[in-house]
Amino acid sequence: MTDLAWIDAALSSARPQAVGALLRYFRDLDTAEEAFQEACLRALRNWPQNGPPRDPAAWLIMVGRNAGIDQARRRTRQQALPPEETISDLDDVETPLADRLDNADYRDDVLRLLFICCHPDLPATQQIPLALRIVSGLTVRQIARAFLVKEAAMEQRITRAKNRIAAADTPFETPGPVERAERIGVVAAMIYLVFNEGYSAGPDSDRGQLCAEAIRLGRLLLRLFQTEPEIMGLAALMLLQHARSPARFDANGEVILLDDQDRSLWNASMIAEGLALIDKAMRHRQPGPYQAQAAIAALHARAARPEDTDWAQIDLLYSALEQMQPSPVVTLNRAVAVSKVRGPQAALDMIEPLAGRLAGYFHFFGLKGALLQQMGRSKEAADAFGHAIALANTPAEAAHIRQHLDRLLKDSAADAERRAAGC
Amino acid sequence: MLYAILCYNSEDVVGAWTKEEDEEVMARLAVVQGRLREQGRLGPVARLLPTTAATTLRKGGDEPLVIDGPFAETKEQLLGFYIVDCADLDAALDVARDLAAANPGTGSYEIRPVGAFFPAGRGA
Repeated sequence: MTDLAWIDAALSSARPQAVGALLRYFRDLDTAEEAFQEACLRALRNWPQNGPPRDPAAWLIMVGRNAGIDQARRRTRQQALPPEETISDLDDVETPLADRLDNADYRDDVLRLLFICCHPDLPATQQIPLALRIVSGLTVRQIARAFLVKEAAMEQRITRAKNRIAAADTPFETPGPVERAERIGVVAAMIYLVFNEGYSAGPDSDRGQLCAEAIRLGRLLLRLFQTEPEIMGLAALMLLQHARSPARFDANGEVILLDDQDRSLWNASMIAEGLALIDKAMRHRQPGPYQAQAAIAALHARAARPEDTDWAQIDLLYSALEQMQPSPVVTLNRAVAVSKVRGPQAALDMIEPLAGRLAGYFHFFGLKGALLQQMGRSKEAADAFGHAIALANTPAEAAHIRQHLDRLLKDSAADAERRAAGC
Repeated sequence: MLYAILCYNSEDVVGAWTKEEDEEVMARLAVVQGRLREQGRLGPVARLLPTTAATTLRKGGDEPLVIDGPFAETKEQLLGFYIVDCADLDAALDVARDLAAANPGTGSYEIRPVGAFFPAGRGA
């Protein structure tokens, strides 16, 4: 790897901590980002000659802080009034910051940086791009490409989000334990949203990279808060799901269901890490939704062949998840496990009451069709598949159901022939 | 004399490598390993999972303490290591507890899952 690539990796991994500390210092997101950018430019000039510093984040914070102060001084000089107070104010903050560079404050700095991206006033469509821009440091172009919108539109969306949080109160004081726990929960949810944005996209699209980014953020959060079983669960869940990506789509970009995936394509080291994390989380005996979902993903990962899957255990885990996080979608997922353990009729009985709430949900009709098909109720199955195709979110989803439908039609045509031939 | 060569780096940086970059580095390392193996000088090679997957058993007191995360003290030094096949973390902790009982006093055992293990190195 070239020096430049190393520097690039060092800068992006130091980014959350450095921008977080600069934000605490300047209390303004734009100033903090500009200061960080300036520090990066200086790193690109300085590090190739002098070698990388021992602690890149600390280097960037110091240099960024000085650059930000210079910038503030220059700005005030351009304005009419003498800036004496402003300057002395900045000097006052300088000393404590330098002392605090080395201590545990940075945990709360990074958490704050993640947390402000989750401001309740911001819709998810703004939270995610903001987090990717500010915390991950993706360029607006990269984010725009991931969301399939024009760069200018994404720029505008991010600016709007920034303005909104600038107008809101950013909590700069050190959070208490309860507040911290709440923030961690909110941030975890945002990270999982980033992951799902990527997961729902195709394999090679720019959006797919969001999964890797979310895993990076999840590991970051876990490194800051090492004893939180739900964060272990979240990291495990993302790793175990992402491990399957090489097997999730065929050459035409069509979805391959879990049962039909070539398991040798699954990423073994991600699975190892995910299993280690969920193992570690479960020892705490503090169950939570991420852990339950990760435990389910772990059972799939542990099964060498689809028929080795411990569906009874998956059924139990989904029923625990239903208690923790009641949702028709969770019940729908549970029904898949139930169909394997107790047959299609039991599963159908379970999902039929959901029809009202899931009337616009692709997967509801996909599963319903599959269950009816298993029970030989072809006409109703074809009906359900037709609904599913109409509700598909992506061409790949629609194509997948169409395959089922084709197979179904072929089978019933064959049946009809057989019947006509008197077999 | 056998030497253990322990690898240190920033896991943030290494973790940020793309799959291609990672494979490129691994391929170059495999060449070095291949050379050593041909000379019959290479023992096992392991790549550890990130420290976020680590658990530490700290000795002292009646019952050793289980702590999430890697060993983080700077007053103690790395003195040795084991590679043990265990069904899960609990089993690994049991092994570490047995070791602690056999060697009481201070000190810690950091338990790190092994991501990739090559009994005699990689590379042709």
